[in-house]
Amino acid sequence: MCLGIPGEVIEFLPDQPDLARVDVSGVRRVINVGLLDDDPPKPGEWVLIHVGFALSKIDEAEAAAALQFLEGIGQAYADELEALQGSQIE
Amino acid sequence: MRFVDEFRSADKARALAAKIAGLCEPGRQYKLMEVCGGHTHTIYKHGLEDYLPESVTLIHGPGCPVCVIPMGRVDDAIALASQPDTIMTSFGDMMRVPGSQGSFFDAKAQGTDIRMVYSPLDSLKIARQNPDKRVVFMAIGFETTTPSTAMTVLRAAAMKLDNFSVFCNHVTIIPAMKAILDSPDLRLDGFIGPGHVSTVIGCRPYEFVARDYGKPVVVAGFEPLDILQSIYMLMLQLSEGRCEVENQYTRVVPWDGNLAALNAINQVMELRPYFEWRGLGFISHSAMRVRPEFAAFDAELLFEVPGVRVADPKACQCGEVLKGVLKPWECKVFGTACTPETPIGTCMVSPEGACAAYYNFGRMNRRRKVEVTIS
Repeated sequence: MCLGIPGEVIEFLPDQPDLARVDVSGVRRVINVGLLDDDPPKPGEWVLIHVGFALSKIDEAEAAAALQFLEGIGQAYADELEALQGSQIE
Repeated sequence: MRFVDEFRSADKARALAAKIAGLCEPGRQYKLMEVCGGHTHTIYKHGLEDYLPESVTLIHGPGCPVCVIPMGRVDDAIALASQPDTIMTSFGDMMRVPGSQGSFFDAKAQGTDIRMVYSPLDSLKIARQNPDKRVVFMAIGFETTTPSTAMTVLRAAAMKLDNFSVFCNHVTIIPAMKAILDSPDLRLDGFIGPGHVSTVIGCRPYEFVARDYGKPVVVAGFEPLDILQSIYMLMLQLSEGRCEVENQYTRVVPWDGNLAALNAINQVMELRPYFEWRGLGFISHSAMRVRPEFAAFDAELLFEVPGVRVADPKACQCGEVLKGVLKPWECKVFGTACTPETPIGTCMVSPEGACAAYYNFGRMNRRRKVEVTIS
């Protein structure tokens, strides 16, 4: 829950501009991007996600580093991904 | 992994370590606290202490939100969840945290409806699917998760959802740092500031540490080289007699934080007069509660909360570990009665807790041999 996980923005949901579909380590889920309203990410850009909310935009290098860090953590990241898989934000 | 190499090169780590060693004054001891549990994890995973000179000690701070939840609040949450027609939702991290009568997992095994969610927003769907139940989200965390709870309450209000509420346990990092600075037990020389919390609050809130206490703060990223770089920046300030707030993690943390997130928090929540932290006791203005304008979403008003204060188990020395007075392995029950499988104290529950980090990486004491864990 404390982990910031990097996700690549795939698309915005047509009828809900606050919500975007992202790809996190191959898992595609919907997250809220409303906290980045001042400088919204575009599809193909990366964001750091905390419990379903994008809190900052990051570049690809930072995303790769963050991902490597998370994969090194092991179980905690596996748990986070499993939780994300169960997520159904709408 | 060309991207990652830039943050993990062993040569760069050794070069930084040599620069840090060059800044040490002979005979002076340096104590630097990493506030955030994520940093503690990196330090032990990569054996970063082994790169540092003998005179530089890293102290592990209270920045693990699961670790600072007092037993009484766990009991309160279970009492809430046990009410008729109630569903409690919680992050997975919270499930094993022991209360005086057991954890959320224990309560769930006895039939209490407690469900793990990834995001507080997932609770809204559960609330809509169960209109005849009351859904309470167990809200925990520092400023990294507080905006999410606030945004979820705003969304619930917009949806006019009347069966959703939050049991608010959000804590704020600044008063905890102040409590540590005021503690007579410990003399610190500087802080490695938390990375993700600062994404939200920015760097300005740490200015009092430099101004009023004369200690430097460097906000740091989570890669091994980020942390070594931050230690170098702290040591450079100390050697030059400066004390300032600096941002090593500029690639993620804006100096002013995330204003939209801060606005969401301020709209929905206000500071409590005081809040109990496990091991640290009561700290003034150190936690958030739901504002009266959003009383319809405040589980503390909607439900009867026992609010009984429960003392920590006698054998547990989490408080000393959270303040950095004791190293985890110096606790009487570390690794014997208290393990990640059967935690007595919260520091052993979360992977970001100092005790779990020590235990999982087998770093029972500080060895001097440099291990090549940065590749």
